[in-house]
Amino acid sequence: MSEHELRVSKIRNGTVIDHVPGGQALNVLAILGIDGSGGEEVSVGMNVPSDRLGRKDIVKVEGRELSQDEVDVLSLIAPDATINIVNEYDVVDKRRLDPPAFVEGILSCPNRNCITTDDEPVDSKFEVLDDEVRCVYCETIIREDLADHIET
Amino acid sequence: MRHEHLVTAKQLSREDVEAVLDRAARIAANPAAVRERHADKLLGLLFFEPSTRTKMSFETAIKRLGGDVVDMGSVDSSSVKKGESLADTVRVIEGYADALVLRHPRQGSAQMASEFVDVPLVNAGDGAGHHPTQTLLDLYTMREAADGLDDLTVGIMGDLKYGRTVHSLANVLTNFDVRQHFVSPESLKLPRSVRYDLHEAGAKVREHTDLETILPELDVLYVTRIQRERFPDENEYHAIAGEYQIDEETLEEADDDLVVMHPLPRVDEIAPEIDETDHAHYFEQAHNGVPVRMALLDMLLENARGDAE
Repeated sequence: MSEHELRVSKIRNGTVIDHVPGGQALNVLAILGIDGSGGEEVSVGMNVPSDRLGRKDIVKVEGRELSQDEVDVLSLIAPDATINIVNEYDVVDKRRLDPPAFVEGILSCPNRNCITTDDEPVDSKFEVLDDEVRCVYCETIIREDLADHIET
Repeated sequence: MRHEHLVTAKQLSREDVEAVLDRAARIAANPAAVRERHADKLLGLLFFEPSTRTKMSFETAIKRLGGDVVDMGSVDSSSVKKGESLADTVRVIEGYADALVLRHPRQGSAQMASEFVDVPLVNAGDGAGHHPTQTLLDLYTMREAADGLDDLTVGIMGDLKYGRTVHSLANVLTNFDVRQHFVSPESLKLPRSVRYDLHEAGAKVREHTDLETILPELDVLYVTRIQRERFPDENEYHAIAGEYQIDEETLEEADDDLVVMHPLPRVDEIAPEIDETDHAHYFEQAHNGVPVRMALLDMLLENARGDAE
């Protein structure tokens, strides 16, 4: 991509999440807990042309690395994403996402009758299936709009 | 069977089911032989929802094995009323009892509770989730009445969405050579999670909105209650529930040997006139709860003793 096509500026130190499915960038920010109020320096490209995905989103966050929990949930909504760790403008580490077997304490169960919605000393826990996740306790399956179920 | 707890029917393999049913049959044939087997054992009953048959049959089962019960009593008279968590309640009561039986309105409650205790815990119904001991007695009844559990065509009718006995039964039947037909109103079809399990198990499953077309093919018809509270309006409930009730006229098209079952309590899904016919197996089904639960408790307590030694 030539300089005049570069829509999203380079970052100095931080994380670039690339190859996110088109339209999912705001959900990526939601997973990272970024809504602008914390003063984070963020660049977002949405629906930019991509050889691999047709259209993709890209999210660049200055001064921030991702926790394993964040990576786990990202892998659910953006299984083909790549995570680039940037140091002094150079990519020092590049990782593909590997969906975990389970995600714990990240998604809340949408079943209002699930025991995890009560005041009990357990975290939510979902088994990761092919295209969906399933509550280990009440067995409810979530397929669509996973980002809507991220615990806040 | 080498399980510590019985939380969901899905954990039961064909061998597990056969082991429990075989032991139940031996106990039913000679109950005196096990009269003192668990003489020093106490079964903790934690029923957070009303229950008649399940609770009484567990109590009968442990007493017929020589043991006794400690009963939490009703929720209104317990510390739950003061806001105690389920996790705390089971951790306290496991100190009083050798095994626990839990019924709770929340789905997943038995799974969660089992993570907090070391004594065997049996799920006696978790909301709209599972009811594995009902399934074991259903299978015991079916095996006796239909002469085995293979090469059967089973119809399951009524509230398939919220019916925990249905979810457990459908899951376990996938271990046998059984063709399953599900009959329900559109709004009460099997939930996605059960459908997923059946698909994963490669089960032969067909869904229908009326019984008529498949009734002649059935060896077993398992009827469940459609509850009033599932419908926003009384008229809609009566109109729909009425289509899933059976009487002698309905059964004219059925095979002479059709086995009719129901987890009970029934309201008007099965007309009383059927009680006197050879089709009716639901009272015998309820009675079978005792030897089946005796067999299950015997095995779980045996496993727990083995682990302790």
